[in-house]
Amino acid sequence: MNLEIILFIVFGGIAAVSSVLMITRSNPVISALFLVLNFASLAGLYLLLHAQFIAVAQVIVYAGAIMVLFLFVIMLLKPEHDKLFSTYPQIKKFAVVIGVLIFIQLVYMIFITKPSSAENPSLQASIKAGTIEQIGLELYSNYILPFEAAGYLLLVATIGALVLAKKKFE
Amino acid sequence: MNIPIEYYLVLSAFMFIVGVTGVLTRRNAIIVFMSIELMLNSANLTLVAFSSYLGNSVGQLFVFFVMTVAAAEAAVGLAIIIAIFRNKLTMNIDEINILKW
Repeated sequence: MNLEIILFIVFGGIAAVSSVLMITRSNPVISALFLVLNFASLAGLYLLLHAQFIAVAQVIVYAGAIMVLFLFVIMLLKPEHDKLFSTYPQIKKFAVVIGVLIFIQLVYMIFITKPSSAENPSLQASIKAGTIEQIGLELYSNYILPFEAAGYLLLVATIGALVLAKKKFE
Repeated sequence: MNIPIEYYLVLSAFMFIVGVTGVLTRRNAIIVFMSIELMLNSANLTLVAFSSYLGNSVGQLFVFFVMTVAAAEAAVGLAIIIAIFRNKLTMNIDEINILKW
């Protein structure tokens, strides 16, 4: 048991448990706070995978900006405690059965194909791939067009959100 | 690099399934949105794990783009929820059925 495995168990356990707690709480605010915990532990996992830039972006963009937006909307609208699940009770049973079946199928597929046998991970290459220098180099050379498209997407989303949420003047 | 990549993939699959179950069972529109964010994050974990184990930074670049799309989706989706709430005073997606016939 070295430190890497212990950290993986801690962060992975927090991520798994908080994701389950997120979909079972009746209060949406508690649910959103569990999702923040899940994102924070995912940032820890990214650091464990030597992805420094993505870990920082995860904390700033997801756990910071997006979740603040969610909490803001939850608190702006009336929180509903009344109905936790659907009015059709068989949907819940159906969803759990389907979820367990697909999870078993995915785990079977992961362990039957054994992706770890095909690659030989090198620590140096992994650390180099996670630096912001390497990501920026890719972003501004080979992926400059998707980068521009992402900028336009954010502009369109801003305008769309304003148009959708603004008060209608009759 | 002592951990086999399968562990990360299984964790990611588990989080994805939890997200799917949340979308199918929960009826609060905001919780459904948060479950979708959870599914996007599990896909991100897979991308980062493969990127790190292969020593190639393109996977992390795609995580960056997924984050951009998730931010845009959250902004537009929450604006739609606010607009629907203003008209129908509910967030329960069983009661929002104006597109059904």
